[in-house]
Amino acid sequence: MPTPALRPCSSPDRDAMTDAPAPFLSLAGVSKRYGGVRALANVDFTCRQGSIHAVLGENGAGKSTLIKIIAGVVQPDEGSITLDRRTVAFPTPQAANEAGIVCIFQELSLMPDLSVADNIGITAPPRRFGLIDRRAQRRRAEELLARVGCEDINPLMHVRQLPLSRRQMVEIAKALGRNPKLLILDEATSALTAADVEKVYAILHGLRDAGLSLLYISHRMHEIEALADTASVFRNGQHIDTFAKGARTDEQIVQMMIGREWRNVYPPKPQRSAPPAPALELRDIGWENRLHGVSLSVGKGEIVGLGGLDGQGQRELLLALFGVLRGVSGETTVNGTRRRIGSPAQAKRAAVGMALIPEDRKTEGLMLPMSVRDNISIAALGAMTRGIVVDRAQEVQKIDAIVAKLKIKFGQLTDPVATLSGGNQQKVVIAKWLLTGARIVLLNDPTRGIDVGTKQEIYQLLRDLADAGTAILFYSTDYDELIGCCDRVLILYDGRVVRALEGSDITEANIIASSLNLTLNAADHAASATAR
Amino acid sequence: MNLRNSIDRPTLIASSFIVVILLAGTLYTIVTQGTATFIEPTYLLQQIKIAAFLGIVAAGMMMVILLGHIDLSVPWTIAATAMLATAVGGAWAVPVGLAVGLAVGLANGLGVAFLRVPAMIFTLGVNAVLRGLMVMLTGGFAPQSNATPLMVWLATGHPLGIANSVIVWVLISAALVFMLTRTPLGRYIYATGNREAATYLSGINTRLVLIGGFVICSLSASLSGLLIAGYTSKAFQAMGDAYLLPAIAAVVVGGTNILGGQGRYTGTVVGTILIVLLQSVLSVAQMPEAGRQVIYGLVIIVMLLVYGRSSTLRG
Amino acid sequence: MNNLRLRLSQNLGLWLGVLLFAILYTLYSTLHPKGWTVDVFVQNSNESFALIMVSMAQTVPVITGGIDLSVGPMMTLVNCLASVLVSGSPGAIVLGIVACLAAGALAGFVNGCIVVFGRIQPIIVTLATGAIYIGLSLFLRPSPGGKVDDNLSWVTTNALAEMDNTYHWFPNGAPAWFSTTIGKLPMPIILIVLIVLLVWLPFRNTVTGRGCYAIGSAEGAAYMSGLQIWRSKLAAYTVGGLFAAFGGLYLALQTGSGNADIPQAGAYTLNSIAAVVVGGTSLFGGTGGAVGSIFGALVLRAISFCFRVFDSNGPLGFLANPLLQPIFEGVILLLAVSLGAARVFRIKNRLTLFS
Repeated sequence: MPTPALRPCSSPDRDAMTDAPAPFLSLAGVSKRYGGVRALANVDFTCRQGSIHAVLGENGAGKSTLIKIIAGVVQPDEGSITLDRRTVAFPTPQAANEAGIVCIFQELSLMPDLSVADNIGITAPPRRFGLIDRRAQRRRAEELLARVGCEDINPLMHVRQLPLSRRQMVEIAKALGRNPKLLILDEATSALTAADVEKVYAILHGLRDAGLSLLYISHRMHEIEALADTASVFRNGQHIDTFAKGARTDEQIVQMMIGREWRNVYPPKPQRSAPPAPALELRDIGWENRLHGVSLSVGKGEIVGLGGLDGQGQRELLLALFGVLRGVSGETTVNGTRRRIGSPAQAKRAAVGMALIPEDRKTEGLMLPMSVRDNISIAALGAMTRGIVVDRAQEVQKIDAIVAKLKIKFGQLTDPVATLSGGNQQKVVIAKWLLTGARIVLLNDPTRGIDVGTKQEIYQLLRDLADAGTAILFYSTDYDELIGCCDRVLILYDGRVVRALEGSDITEANIIASSLNLTLNAADHAASATAR
Repeated sequence: MNLRNSIDRPTLIASSFIVVILLAGTLYTIVTQGTATFIEPTYLLQQIKIAAFLGIVAAGMMMVILLGHIDLSVPWTIAATAMLATAVGGAWAVPVGLAVGLAVGLANGLGVAFLRVPAMIFTLGVNAVLRGLMVMLTGGFAPQSNATPLMVWLATGHPLGIANSVIVWVLISAALVFMLTRTPLGRYIYATGNREAATYLSGINTRLVLIGGFVICSLSASLSGLLIAGYTSKAFQAMGDAYLLPAIAAVVVGGTNILGGQGRYTGTVVGTILIVLLQSVLSVAQMPEAGRQVIYGLVIIVMLLVYGRSSTLRG
Repeated sequence: MNNLRLRLSQNLGLWLGVLLFAILYTLYSTLHPKGWTVDVFVQNSNESFALIMVSMAQTVPVITGGIDLSVGPMMTLVNCLASVLVSGSPGAIVLGIVACLAAGALAGFVNGCIVVFGRIQPIIVTLATGAIYIGLSLFLRPSPGGKVDDNLSWVTTNALAEMDNTYHWFPNGAPAWFSTTIGKLPMPIILIVLIVLLVWLPFRNTVTGRGCYAIGSAEGAAYMSGLQIWRSKLAAYTVGGLFAAFGGLYLALQTGSGNADIPQAGAYTLNSIAAVVVGGTSLFGGTGGAVGSIFGALVLRAISFCFRVFDSNGPLGFLANPLLQPIFEGVILLLAVSLGAARVFRIKNRLTLFS
């Protein structure tokens, strides 16, 4: 598709290329199913050289499957891939690599126990007499790190010793070292600092001008505006539309992504005359160098959002509350009584009644090979016994009730929970905690990787729980969710609450501004500290 | 309780393999000796009696393997139990023996659950310490004292027509099946073996579950040690060595995933019988030790390759 | 300077092993009436060689996150094979040695194939193949015996100078610079250095060898990076088999015979795991190396050496009691492997305990 927006910033040689717009990569009729879940349905997709092509879509829209197919990580069930006018098939990531396709994945592809230099040269290091030439490899790593503006990283450091944001820069340097023709970035900037984001943007623009083809996957509208010249929207495994930058309004794009009227996604928020009685109060919570003097309170029936850039201490705060972290300072008060919570078992006790929906449901929320029944009842099992025997009648009855309430879809209760779709798996995690009768629910990015329909059900469920008096603390990487769901939103930056937004102040602009800590200076810092 | 769940595919395959072993053995004896020894009830009862010792060890080992760990201290748990029990003698022999198992299980459990030392290496160390302790106490020789009458009776008596050791095995099996399928602890064992992080975040004290698993394992080994000492009427240095690898093999051939979290108790029983029969048939067929070892190894690999084809969730 | 400190901190386990060995061996040599002499070095290195090789053999699969319970049996198999093949004419001896090493590598390769293509857990694969290799050893040597070339046996288990005395390297007798300096080096030490320089270090510096570390560190990331997982794993078990073969071959040269000793095979396997851990390689994979395991094995050996030299009338006299030696060995082993537990108490996020 010819793109007017492209012209002003294009260089002469790129013009030559756009004059002959043969797509560099094209997919025709590609489909992929995982068990019963359709991840991609008959997708046609193309991208050109000398272009940054954004791929947009909700979690679970099929973006990840698309790039995994391009990168040779998974094989399509049907359809064909054409690269540079040749039909290709990539049985392994290595095959895709050799064809010039390089991926920067959301889950880092770095080996933590190997040095930065080893990671960068992992598959094709400089060699002497067939052996890895460590010195040349180190020089090469230094060059590549310099190219991404990270001269400060010592290539001999183990990746394990680097903070997350630095690791992501190493990942980018590693990708550049493979001389890609097509570079795929899958949420690759989510953990970067603001300064690094600028560097990465400059690099990506440079690569585009050098004639590379770039695919950029993100769900942040402002990133796409700053970077891409073309965008494609996916929804429910289907390719909805491809358009040049500026050809669609933000609202149109969002509507394409979610497939319905925006306003209807979130349940209405209640109007309050007086602040609710606090269920959970935190005073001066600190942990290592990740949390500093966090104080907040969550009222009964209130949904409080935690926002900010990824990795500013939100996850740690939830884990600290739930007794997972050791050496947490500060006070936790539950329903007016001070509590020391040293383990999830203590957080679960009736006197506290806390629940945590963890970040990664596959490793922290579920025992995947175990049955739906076992997974739902595991947390509440202690309360469903007669003597030392599990009361199966009671168990089945309670499970049936919660399954009906959450509309969890599965074959049989004895099926492994791994066979369920992502959305239903997450419902199982929530059901597990609802069975314990939790009155304080902590959620750690609970809608990642689940379909829009289930998301909407979860939003409604959260509101219903709140209306029934449950206090909810909700961390999300999705600003829209925070805006749509929360009564209040607290923005964290560097382990501190830097801003509290309420009512009509909860806007995307405010969240982004305070997430980047744009207005923060020493005076504000002091002010926010004393205000608490 | 549906049948499909209690008898899974590995159990079925292992059971059919038992039949194959018996038929092949019978064919061999008919041709060479003109008898059908292997399908005579007396022979089978005798085998089950022998299988009880291994079966009890394997039962405990299964709990640890279900948790995703392993217990290499079994050999000297067996030997130390037998040695101390025979040395103490009298009415205290059995309680002292079981106390050894309890202590070893607690030590293993604490090392794995609290110190987080890999079970393979920690239990190896405990095994070495137990061996050292016994050498120190016995002076490096087999103890002179004999098994108490109670131990002998437990191992060889048969007031109900079946050897008491088999009855002990059946009772232990029933208790473990009850524990695994009916109590929260059983559910927690499977959950911890599948994903300890998720179990811990579900508000379950996984350390206690781990310790429980190791205690059950060591207690079973101790019990088996008492029975073996009763059967041979004395304790000796290497008496436990012949039980470690066969016990692991029995559990794994019975379909329990060595990574933990999956497996049914029936499988372990079938696996035990398979291993014992295989050893017995090979020795009756006068297969030299060399051939026995090779066939033994091949059977384990082939069975696991066959199971591997059926499992979609493994790995 | 900064890089030096970095490397030191990245190999802390190895240096702890080296330090522990230095302390123990100094103690031993000081107490030994003939300590710090060539004879004692030769004897000690002879007694350590097979365990060192088996520990190196264990290291490579462990780095990939696996384990090899068949290293003892592989060593035993090669030991028995050597007692059949390594004798006769010089040509036959060389061929025999090559065949022994190839047999070890093949045994390791078979392990690797079952692990990689059969997709069965290494622990259970090698448990089973271990039984098979023991069975094959028993076929070769139903009872201890056999013959190994005497000259070869003599030179490999003595100081380098014996090489000259036996094969007459120098037609006019050994020059003084030789017999007073490198001639005093024990052969086993020279062999270990050669094996490290010619086998381990080159392997470690290939893409395949480094891939072993990558797999042990994060198998998913290694796959995403485009590494050939199967090739590295196969290579790890094969190289492990080769190291075990060196151990078996040496054992045959040292004892002059072959012995399909099942308890000995088991003891070597278990000690190799302990040596790997003491030498700073994590059982979870991704870190450490075979050089560390050499010192891990030496630490284990030095512990038992020490018990031989305690004066029964001295202040540590109670340690001289041979009956106490196994318990001290056990306790020290247990303490050594529990050292890593210090990490557990520094961990602030309990979720990281489970990974």
